[in-house]
Amino acid sequence: MATSTPPRPSHPREAVESVVIRFAGDSGDGMQVTGSQFTVETALAGNDLATFPDFPAEIRAPAGTTFGVSAFQIRFGTADVLTAGDAVDVLVAMNPAALKVELRDLKPSGTIVVDTGAFTERNLAKAGFPTNPLQDGSLAKYRLLPFDITKLTTDAVKEFGLGTKEAHRCRNMWALGLMLWMYGREREATLGWLQKKFVKRPDVAAANVAALNAGHAFGETAEMAEHVVGYTVAPARFSPGVYRTVSGTEALAWGLIAGMRAAGLSRMIFSGYPITPASALLHTLANLKAFGVLTFQAEDEIAAIGAAIGAAYAGALGVTSSSGPGIALKTEMLGLAIATELPIVLVDSQRAGPSTGMPTKTEQSDLFQAVLGRNADSPLAVIAPRTAGDCFPMGVEAVRLATKYMTPVIVLSDTYLAHAAEPWRIPEERELTRFPVRFRTDPTDFHPFLRDAETLARPWALPGTPGLEHRIGGIEKDFDTGHISYDPGNHHRMTQTRAAKIAGIARDIPPQDVALGEERGALAVVGWGSTFGAIHEAVRRARGDGLAVSHIHVRYLSPFPSNLGELLRRFERVLVPELNNGQLVQLLRAAYLVDAKGFNKIAGKPFHVAELGAAIREHAK
Amino acid sequence: MTVVTVTDRELQPKDYASDQEVRWCPGCGDYAILKAVQKALADIGAPRERTVFVSGIGCAARFPYYISTYGFHTIHGRAPTIATGIKLANPELDVWVVTGDGDALSIGGNHLLHVLRRNVDLQLVLFNNEIYGLTKGQYSPTSRRGTRSPSTPLGSVENPVSACQVALGAGARFVARSVDTSMAHLVGVLERAHAHRGASFVEVFQNCVVFNDGVFDNFTAKEIAPEAQLPVEHGKPLLFGKSRDKGLRLVPGKLELEVVPATAPDILVHDERNRALAQLLTGLEPPAFPVALGVLYCDPAPAFEAEVHAQARAAGLGTDPASLDGLLRSGQTWTVA
Repeated sequence: MATSTPPRPSHPREAVESVVIRFAGDSGDGMQVTGSQFTVETALAGNDLATFPDFPAEIRAPAGTTFGVSAFQIRFGTADVLTAGDAVDVLVAMNPAALKVELRDLKPSGTIVVDTGAFTERNLAKAGFPTNPLQDGSLAKYRLLPFDITKLTTDAVKEFGLGTKEAHRCRNMWALGLMLWMYGREREATLGWLQKKFVKRPDVAAANVAALNAGHAFGETAEMAEHVVGYTVAPARFSPGVYRTVSGTEALAWGLIAGMRAAGLSRMIFSGYPITPASALLHTLANLKAFGVLTFQAEDEIAAIGAAIGAAYAGALGVTSSSGPGIALKTEMLGLAIATELPIVLVDSQRAGPSTGMPTKTEQSDLFQAVLGRNADSPLAVIAPRTAGDCFPMGVEAVRLATKYMTPVIVLSDTYLAHAAEPWRIPEERELTRFPVRFRTDPTDFHPFLRDAETLARPWALPGTPGLEHRIGGIEKDFDTGHISYDPGNHHRMTQTRAAKIAGIARDIPPQDVALGEERGALAVVGWGSTFGAIHEAVRRARGDGLAVSHIHVRYLSPFPSNLGELLRRFERVLVPELNNGQLVQLLRAAYLVDAKGFNKIAGKPFHVAELGAAIREHAK
Repeated sequence: MTVVTVTDRELQPKDYASDQEVRWCPGCGDYAILKAVQKALADIGAPRERTVFVSGIGCAARFPYYISTYGFHTIHGRAPTIATGIKLANPELDVWVVTGDGDALSIGGNHLLHVLRRNVDLQLVLFNNEIYGLTKGQYSPTSRRGTRSPSTPLGSVENPVSACQVALGAGARFVARSVDTSMAHLVGVLERAHAHRGASFVEVFQNCVVFNDGVFDNFTAKEIAPEAQLPVEHGKPLLFGKSRDKGLRLVPGKLELEVVPATAPDILVHDERNRALAQLLTGLEPPAFPVALGVLYCDPAPAFEAEVHAQARAAGLGTDPASLDGLLRSGQTWTVA
């Protein structure tokens, strides 16, 4: 390709450790694909990275408005990158609204790349700027790189004869090209992706390629030598292996398939009802039929879990997925799965609530709902992956626990985990431990609620098996025969048996480890779920400052690992940061009588490392 | 649990009875339906291990406990969802859904609509007694206007829904109707429903002796039944009456039926593939018209789960065990040495 002129010798690249870039524009400007492609090229360049896509619920909000701004943040670097970063080094703002919304997170000396072509009077008014910030001096403390990206793009794609609208849609590729140049990334993967994406529109493909190359060449040439400097970010040190980037959604989908195979099951019935942000899992699995996955878009949330329970009853892996409000609708069905002791997996991609809340914003506020939110005494297993990559083993684990203990298992993911991407060392299937299920086939002395002495699980007896014909349902069963029973003592016994079965899982999961630091000390910072990266980094910094702080991250939330209480008691203080109003902290206090304190953020956004650092310093005193 | 193995003789109706004591009210219409189903299963020769009865909540929903096949007593209104999951997981299973008017048309209305629209291959038998029995007698979505009940002491002011018209509107490909006490007719309808591939909808008028006794007497009472019932049969003229002296035909120039002497010209012949005719027949109400019974509509179409599985096979399911390692390595990867 004729695009790779060598870097200008007069402008040597500056080496940096880590960078945070945020691409921001209208929700129709293609910021998510721009960010995703930058992520791919960055991963291929060998950097560690973390991403944070942040987009509005409106599919196409009125153009130019602040509530229609869509952003994608990536942090990449040479050392461990655990979060997408607190503050932004480079803000790419495709219009005034994006500048208005995203500027608050830019570092004081940060760089702003703007498309001056979008800073029209009309767009400025829509974003609520009384004067043009590019001219009124209000951006003086930043390094402003104003380019007429609209015009530069239009010129670059002129030869392909697109309409104005289609030509303008290539602006994101121009911006991507410039940023790829700025950080010395390749373009090959993106060029291939464009050709594939627009295979039916060769003219659009060619125009996007031209825009990408033009942005890149713009960095190369002397047109703006005074302003633009290139950087290098040395590759990170990864352990040997084959890597890819993975989002939580992909890793979970693949983990569930791996779990199904490890269990020796040939079918997964995955049923869901469209809901943000959970639908992505349905979409991902809908394309994996060759792996034995049948997806079913049900008429509502209740039907979705009903089909999963029916599938489990008939011997498939039954999986359903939703977000908070949808999980609430599934609650009665969860009770049925608990009462009939059938193995299903329920994935909850949590979002900000209550009610509709903020559907595209992240939160960890369904922990109570998952652990406690049902009528009657109705325990089940709850687990929570802590990173995008961790969704894979936890998907496998959900299947193992469900099938071994004949119980529903809730996997608590969230908006952030579902979308966030990170480099992931790809495991090989042969590394996975197998846990083949044994369906009951022997009619001798069979009844459907006979229990395994060790696990207390009932047999999985499938319709179609001669001699095992039996009836199950939501009505209480007799412990000894499995028939309907209203006997008072029997209900007491059955309730305690169901509880003991779930409690017994604690013997079958890894003991709680300390993710960073000693197993005793002044302060334990205890998190769960997607806050792992931010807490880890904050604890690392605090330890660097000499504080006796440790990071404990709980992946098993019901039941807790059996050593958790003892471990917490070895610390003088316990701090529980959560993206909710204090849920794990209450469960820990209730379970262990420890004086745990909460640190809570309920903003629809992940923790910043700095705010966690401040909380840690305060509590470690 | 006792296991009865029957290998050297054909299964009899009693072989489909479970060892559980039946606990409906004495005189309940459900007893007759249970007998009819057991007879139909024996006639069909249904293998017990491959037959599954799924129910929701209500008096009718106790049904699976009394049948010696597999059974799943689920939650209120949701039986069709669980039945759908069962059929997706194992299309070989023969699934019956037993439901009532409250279960199917009130709390479970949405699922009824969709299980019929999708055409999942199962038999759905709706026991319609026009009342909530298990909760002690409240009016139901099929109760007639003016029904006095604990929750409507002055009489219901709601219009009832027609189960069969809902089924047709939802796109059901098999719609039939019978009466609890008409044993031979009911068995015949159930066997037709079973033979139909796709969702078969059967409404059974069922008398609740405790809370709504005699509500169907206006067309089921012995002495008036022949005049008030129209048993339909594919290819046969729509005739009724003790001596089959009355018939139905279209009012000339209108989409309306009228009762005429059997000797009149243009008596309609039942065509169970004719959806428009089925819609007219399901709308007939006494006293002006007889109640149409039998297979009102039957026009098979591919079953949902069969199409889902066919699509999955075309997408590679079951051809070659796909490689998980290949999936995980799809897209951009890089190697760190």
